[in-house]
Amino acid sequence: MAKSPEDRHPVKAFGWAATDPSGDLSPFKFSRRETGDEDVRFKVLYCWICHTDLHSIKNDWGNSTYPLLPGHEIVGEVTEVGGKVTKVKVGDKVGVGGLVGTCHSCENCLNDLEIYCPKLILTYNSIHTDGTITYGGYSDHMVANQRYIVRFPDNLRLAAGAPLLCAGITVYSPLKYFGLAEAGKHVGVVGLGGLGHVAVKFAKAFGAKVIVISTSPSKMKEALEHLGADSFLASRDPQQMQAAMGTLDGIIDTVSAVHPLLPLLSLLKSNGKLIMVGAPEKPLELPIFPLLMGRKTVAGSMGGGMKETQEMIDFAAKHNITADIEVISMDYVNTAMERLDKADVRYRFVIDIGNTLAATKP
Amino acid sequence: MGEISEQVNQKNALGWAARDTSGLLSPFTFSRRATGEKDVTFKVMYCGICHSDLHMLKNEWGVSTYPLVPGHEVVGVVTEVGSKVEKFKVGDKVGVGCMVGSCRSCDNCANNIENYCRNYILTYGAKYYDGTITYGGYSDVMVVDEHFVVRIPEKLPLDATAPLLCAGITVYSPLRFYGLDKPGMHVGVVGLGGLGHVAVKFAKAMGVKVTVISTSPNKKKESIEHLGVDSFLVSRDQDEMQAAMDTMDGIIDTVSAPHPLLPLIGLLKSNGKLVLVGAPEKPLELPVFPLLLGRKMVGGSNIGGMKETQEMLDFAAKHNITAEIELIPMDYVNTAMERLLKADVRYRFVIDIANTLKSSS
Repeated sequence: MAKSPEDRHPVKAFGWAATDPSGDLSPFKFSRRETGDEDVRFKVLYCWICHTDLHSIKNDWGNSTYPLLPGHEIVGEVTEVGGKVTKVKVGDKVGVGGLVGTCHSCENCLNDLEIYCPKLILTYNSIHTDGTITYGGYSDHMVANQRYIVRFPDNLRLAAGAPLLCAGITVYSPLKYFGLAEAGKHVGVVGLGGLGHVAVKFAKAFGAKVIVISTSPSKMKEALEHLGADSFLASRDPQQMQAAMGTLDGIIDTVSAVHPLLPLLSLLKSNGKLIMVGAPEKPLELPIFPLLMGRKTVAGSMGGGMKETQEMIDFAAKHNITADIEVISMDYVNTAMERLDKADVRYRFVIDIGNTLAATKP
Repeated sequence: MGEISEQVNQKNALGWAARDTSGLLSPFTFSRRATGEKDVTFKVMYCGICHSDLHMLKNEWGVSTYPLVPGHEVVGVVTEVGSKVEKFKVGDKVGVGCMVGSCRSCDNCANNIENYCRNYILTYGAKYYDGTITYGGYSDVMVVDEHFVVRIPEKLPLDATAPLLCAGITVYSPLRFYGLDKPGMHVGVVGLGGLGHVAVKFAKAMGVKVTVISTSPNKKKESIEHLGVDSFLVSRDQDEMQAAMDTMDGIIDTVSAPHPLLPLIGLLKSNGKLVLVGAPEKPLELPVFPLLLGRKMVGGSNIGGMKETQEMLDFAAKHNITAEIELIPMDYVNTAMERLLKADVRYRFVIDIANTLKSSS
């Protein structure tokens, strides 16, 4: 007889989960495993809301299993460590991002690129090695193998640092891998949302010249004055786009809605790279001539390995980079999801789990 | 426009040209410029037929002007050099590929990638610095700026080397640029035609394991036994394609007909690169998720710069690489075009210009 989520594991846990594709979240009792030798157990203080959470609770990608407990940018304070844990100790501030398990033996795992492991276990909505579903960070505590734990430096504010565990690494990794993290490079960022605003901050910290490309002219002031972007292109203005042709070394495209690639390819210099980090559901139209005529590439990138995630957090702490957030209480989460769907947030919601989850327990 | 060309230029020339979008070629007399101080003039011995010639003859890209004398895989023997020419002398064996000019001052030109210069001048069908239209290698003589002429290494036979000037550099350049040239790597080649078969030869010479991906199962025996390919995938066989998923460091895709990219992206390992060198007229569908899931990329490449073209020829000489050709007389050219359209050639037609052009006219 299948065990209920409350009985599957020995340690009781509580969080909010969706029970069907309506995506409505509500209080949910479940359980987590005991702290194994290599495990780190921590009390969750904050969890960021990622657009992926919204796609998952509504089963937009067709791969959701219910009850679905989202949350993969989680920070908290260590309460227990297993006997073989060397990385952190009780009381440390830590985080967990999008992954909690990999095979540890394939080429990707051995090269610190666990995110590309074919046996990747995601922080939520994934099957763990024991056959149970993983539950994410909209919950009171987490337990994860130390390999997937990131240490938070003391000077990085927890609430505003949480989003870096997904948004941060998602843009940091391709900026480095594709050679755009260098002084003097001219980098475009398409979309000024959760990913986009963090991309601007990192690219500026690397010394790049940053141009924000957006469909919303209303975001120009914010981009230039608050985020420090060097310039702003309204992508629906043909004259502006024309004037910027052939000027960019690379573009980080954070937009997940279907959108035309040709105007973006035109902005690239020869050998320029258009890097997709948003995930459109449908294929996009790829014009081939511009790729050939300029030896341009279109690439994808998804998060980063654990080593690089730690490096990114340390870099963010050094350069005072955090996400711009709106802190909400647990019971506001469904309203937050509705607002996220309309991109009505500057720029990410963070759930104050530590102070507001317990009060919602029935 | 052709008449203006003839008034300004000073050398009589004979070639074959198309007059309209039917693409049918026939004898055409025209003029070439007098040998300028930086020019190399050479008697054309052979010229390869590239699929681009067919596209241009029929104005499929909408950029053709008529009369059109195609040909950008041209080899011959120098007959005259300008007073400031330093690299060549009379009697040298030389070649010209797809370009005869560029701006010579932009970043790309300064970095030896004249092929990415915004103002590069094609060997045929383009406007030269002097306002005349360029005419290509289906002709008895060429006059070309020294910078855009390459030396054919002594040991390479001229006829089978001609196709390297376009097909060769088109696949050599991305193998190098995208880092698919390291011994032990596994590279796929899509399409086994003029470009594809030369890609196989170069990749094997670089120590790379090569898999050909083709819609034609009947090419398998030939590719394994004759070209030395390591394995062969029939792209319409789903089981074969499935079994090969996640095995390739890169793919050189030579196919210019529209075709699905998703199965090819699936063949790539993480960080793998799908490089398009064929030029489909219409956009292709790009599935984005598979790129994200493996940090994969789709890139393009277009011929190569002059320095690299010479390097490619020297590499070919060192490894005895030439194209597999069918040598034809000039007056067979229209039939050759019909056969090329049906991919009925193993693997490049080369026109025996020196022996058959004059007599055909």
